[in-house]
This record gives sequence, structure tokens and C-alpha cells, in this order.
Amino acid sequence: MARKDKMSGNEAVATAMRQIEPDVMAAFPITPSTEIPQYYSKFIADGKVDTEFIAVESEHSAMSACMGASAAGARAVTATSSAGLAYMWEVLYIVASSSLPVVMAVVNRALSAPININNDHSDSMGARDTGWIQLYAESNQEVYDNYIQAFSIAEACRLPVMVCQDGFITSHGVSNIELLEDSEVKDFVGEYMPADYLLKSENPLAIGPFGVSSYYMEIKRKQAESMKASMPIITEVADKYAKLSGRQYSFFEEYMMDDADIALLIIGSSAGTAKATVNLLRSEGKKVGLIKLRVFRPFPRESLAKAMCKVKAVAIMDKAESFSNSGGPLFSEARSSLYDLPNKPYAINYIYGLGGRDITVEHFCEIYNDLFAIIDSNDPGDVYRYIGVRDSRFK
Amino acid sequence: MVYKLKNELEKKERFSGGHRLCSGCGAGIAVRGVLRALEEKDKAVITNATSCLEVSSFLYPYTAYADSYIHSAFANAAATCSGTSAAYASLKRKGKVKDNFKFIAFGGDGGTYDIGLQSLSGAMERNSDMVYVCYDNEAYMNTGIQRSSATPRFADATTSPTGAVSYGKVQNKKNLTEIIAAHNVPYVAQTTFTGNMKDFHEKSKIALYTEGACFLNVLSPCPRGWGYEASLLPELCRLAVETCVWPLYEILNGEWKVNYIPKKKLPIEEFLSMQTRFAHMFKPGNEWMIESAQTYVDEQWDKLLKRAKVN
Repeated sequence: MARKDKMSGNEAVATAMRQIEPDVMAAFPITPSTEIPQYYSKFIADGKVDTEFIAVESEHSAMSACMGASAAGARAVTATSSAGLAYMWEVLYIVASSSLPVVMAVVNRALSAPININNDHSDSMGARDTGWIQLYAESNQEVYDNYIQAFSIAEACRLPVMVCQDGFITSHGVSNIELLEDSEVKDFVGEYMPADYLLKSENPLAIGPFGVSSYYMEIKRKQAESMKASMPIITEVADKYAKLSGRQYSFFEEYMMDDADIALLIIGSSAGTAKATVNLLRSEGKKVGLIKLRVFRPFPRESLAKAMCKVKAVAIMDKAESFSNSGGPLFSEARSSLYDLPNKPYAINYIYGLGGRDITVEHFCEIYNDLFAIIDSNDPGDVYRYIGVRDSRFK
Repeated sequence: MVYKLKNELEKKERFSGGHRLCSGCGAGIAVRGVLRALEEKDKAVITNATSCLEVSSFLYPYTAYADSYIHSAFANAAATCSGTSAAYASLKRKGKVKDNFKFIAFGGDGGTYDIGLQSLSGAMERNSDMVYVCYDNEAYMNTGIQRSSATPRFADATTSPTGAVSYGKVQNKKNLTEIIAAHNVPYVAQTTFTGNMKDFHEKSKIALYTEGACFLNVLSPCPRGWGYEASLLPELCRLAVETCVWPLYEILNGEWKVNYIPKKKLPIEEFLSMQTRFAHMFKPGNEWMIESAQTYVDEQWDKLLKRAKVN
């Protein structure tokens, strides 16, 4: 039985965490994810959950303790943002490469410098090649739903999962949410029963070898294969979750795409503003659509390319700079996925929302207008653009 | 039961031969010695910081350990070990793990005094149920003998080399044992490989069977980095203790105890002269180096005796 409530995205994650009741949580405070360990510590203090909380002295240690706990056979979780995620960098790779299904709530925030506590995706986008599955959410409801699904995905794939949401926008914004019953969540995630773990008395385990060149490459190839193999598992888990919750998730959501001439590809909470823009332009008879990407890792290159090919021009929205001189991370990958298709849309990159810069309906209207101009003129112009930046030289 | 090395050596080996550590290296002796102090019925999870020990004892697909083992990175052995220990507490409480497990982390001085100090301090402050063992060979040996904060003054290391205008490392060795003692953990001890290994064994046993965070600092010579013949390892350890360069002491529940007081403290030259890393100190004109090193050791020894209230 679903239960209607209202809460922030951070509280939604903490609530899902309470319903799952992991064995170990190791966390270090950082804005804007701090509330998650705070809420959870209170659940522990009130005797509502039986979880070992490790109040580590840094995020590097948070991820290290999660690694130790997960390897030992426990369900291990943490939460972080921005510099905290950056500080974990080294261990992110090791956890993924050791096939450990750690689940991490990432509350996306800009990276320094200058120091900034507001939302963009630089932190998790920077960690896109660490071997973690990455799920992104538009709303509090989605982050709650993604968080619950993350455990089934991680444990079936033997890969760690980042469950990302937008700092302050969803993490602190309170909205209506439909929660599952505690027992439904417990049944959905089930008991964690790894095949091999350090505390398995009858069969000790060794993790983290020195792998010389005669072994290393095969190990990496297998790791890449397990990311590929996670694709059908993500779908299976989403289908199973839909049966329970009535909410169906996929790798991406298509909004008004069937007859669209142009579209946006976007990640996270700004999809809400973009959908409002789609509604507005549709009311004016303009055939615009939107694709909201939920799963960035593994990158659904074939199905996403197919969806983008429904339109003549697509604006690929990056809430992260990658300083590559060839656009943001989503642009690079989404545009590359179009390469093999015979009839490609124009693909234009817009960097937006860095460090919490607002993006509005007016901005999205401007982008859609740009796309209409491009398909009319057959001239894409510079494909690497900024939106919402004051200095007109840098647009 | 009275300690007898012979009896201890009859126990089933938990760290097998065939690993790739150098002959005359202390790291393997430290691991074997600590694991020998485990009750045979008890299981262990061993965490290892990146180090000579790690790359020599778990070279894919072979492990030298009979017990479960985890290596993550250089800086995080204590935090990783905390995670394994917390998982045990949780799973044991839920009845999912039946056996008794002990949690032991091994790190070199680089991974302990330097890059791993924050992680170690965190684990010690939380009083995480574990034993952290530093095998202190006084430099970054795995990468080729670079100086660490555990390298003693005057030592010739590859990032503090001797030269026309350099006498080797400038700074004195960090006193990590005292730093960990300041965390007020249940047990901290300094030891090395001497005689029949009684001191080492007993301290390992106390550390393993005292609840909470325990720390062993083990002087663990390195033949390549220190420059000595492999067979001279026990003699070097003995001289480190007899010269008071490496005093044997422990702090159990806040009580400081010096475990061995030499009847006649030997001059520091006896320890230094056996190692090529200090060879330049014996050249004409460098007598001041030996004097200075001796003064420092004397000061540190007196300080320790006062602290432990030894008259």
C-alpha cells in the first residue's frame, strides 16, 4: 500500500535507507548531502534501525570503510557531494574494480574553485569513468524510487551504484511523494546474500591483488563486460519495481517525442522546467520534445541514438564543463552515439546551470528557437555553447 | 602458559612461504609473528596498505595468507579495516556470522606515519575494534627508498640523499607511537624482533585480545634500504634496542611501561655502523653527526623513562 507524504529529497533517501536498513553506513558531512547521515543517525539513535554507523574523518575513509564492509559481506552505504566525491576518487575505482555493490547517494554540487555549494553535475560527471553505475533523478519521487532499485541493481550486477539528485533543488526542496510500505521495500531488496565475502568462515577470500600485465587487461575487460551486462538487469529491476509501485522507469524518458521536430536531451531536475517549456511551446503549435536521461552509466548509446534520431535537431544539455574544448560530457557521448546512424539530427551542446545558476523557461525557449533556426537554415553554427551566462562573448 | 618459541612454531602457519619478500626483510617476520599470536580457533581478516608487503604477498592469483585478506590503497588501511570490523559487529549481532574474527591491518611507515595517518587517527579515535600493525622500515622502500617521516635524521635516502651540501635527512623521526598513545586507545606498544620473539609475541597477543583499537609499532629492518647483510637482521634489531634507538615499551590502559632497560646503554655507533645508509657519518669531519644523533637518542630515552616514571 502506497503512503502519501511530503518531504525533501534528502529525507526521501534517508527514508528509503531506513526501509532497507543496510548493515553499515560510513559517512562524512558535506553540504548538501549532510542531512542524509543526520537523518539516518537519528534513526539509529531512536532504535529504528540496526546499522553500524562509522563516523569517519573524511570521505576517502568513508568509501574505504564501505569497501571493507561490503567485502566483508555487509550491505554498505554512504552519501556525499562535490569535494567529498572528489576526495573519494581513488577508492571509487577500487570499489568498482573489486565488484563491490556499494550504494552511494550523491547530492550533486559544483566543484571548487571558486568554492560553491550549489548544484551542478561536475562532481558525478567527473566520476563517470570510475566504473560505477549512475542513476539521475528529476524529482524527490524519482530519487526515492532510484535509491530502492539501486540495491537490486548493484547486487545483481556486482557493481556499485551512485544515486544522484540535484543539490538543494531536490535535496532540500520539499514536495509530495508516494512512499512504499517498509515491508514492501524490505521484500523488494531482499536479504543480501553474497556468494563470497571476507567473513565466510568456510572459505576465506582475498581481495585487491597486485595484478601484473599478464593478468590486468583480462580483468579490466571483464569489468567492462559487467557494465554492459548491467543493462538488462537495470530493465528487469525497473519492471519489477513498476509492478510494486506503479511507476515505470527506463534508461531515459521520452516526453512529447513522437511527432517532435526538435528536442532537448537533459539530466536531472531541470527536466521539470524544460517539460514546462515543451508544454508552453506545444500550446503554440510548435512540435518540440524532450528526452530525460536517467541512466548515464551504463550509457544507453543505441536506444538513445534511436530516440534522438526522431528529430532534426537536438540540444544536448550539460550541467558540467569538462574543459575538453569539445563540449560537456553528455554532449561528447550522446553526439558520438549518433555517428553510426545514417540520418542524424544536428546536435548542439549547451552548458548550463553551473554552480547553481538558474535555468528558466525563457532560456529553454531560446534554445528551442535556436534549434528551429538551425533546421531552417541547415547551419548548426558553433555546436559548443553556453546558456544563462552573462558575458555575451561566451554564449 | 609460559612462552616457548618452539611451541609457537609448531602452530599451523597462517602466512605461507613462497611470497616474494626479500631475504632479510622484517615485514614477513612481523606478519608471521602477529598471526602466530592468534588463538588457532580464531579467524582473522587482514587488511593491508599498499606496500612491499602487499605486492609481495598477494600477487594475482596467489595469496600467502590462510586468512581472509583485503588490500585497497595506500592511505586507507585503517579505514578499510574499520569497515570490515563494523560489518562483523553488524553481521555477528544478526547471527549471520558465527565464528570469532580478529581484524588486523598491516602498513609500512609510509602508509602509516605519512599518507595513512589521517585514516589511522580516525580509526583510533573511534576505538574501532582492530589491531593496526606498522612495520616500520623507515622509508618508502617499495618505490625505492624515499625518505618518510619515519626516516631518522642523517639517513641517506633517495629523496634525502647525501651530497656535497647534504648530510642526508635533515629532520628527526616522527614519534608515531606517542601520537597514537595520545588517542588514549586501550593498547599501544613498540616492539621489534629480539631474542626468542617473546616481547613481540606477548605484545601481539595483548593487542589481539584487547577490545578496541590497538596499535603495534614494529621496527622492521629493510636490507636494501638500510644496507646490511640479510643474516644480520636479528643483530640490528638487538642493537636498536640496546642503544635505545628503538625502546621496547607499551601503554596499556594509560599505564606507560618500559619493557626493557639495557644494563649498559650501547653507543649509537654500534647500530649505525652496520648500515650503509649511515656510512657517511663515519667519515672524518662528520663526527658531529654521530654526536648529534647520540644526543637526540639520549634525550628521547630520558623523556620516555620520565614519562613511564622509571627512576
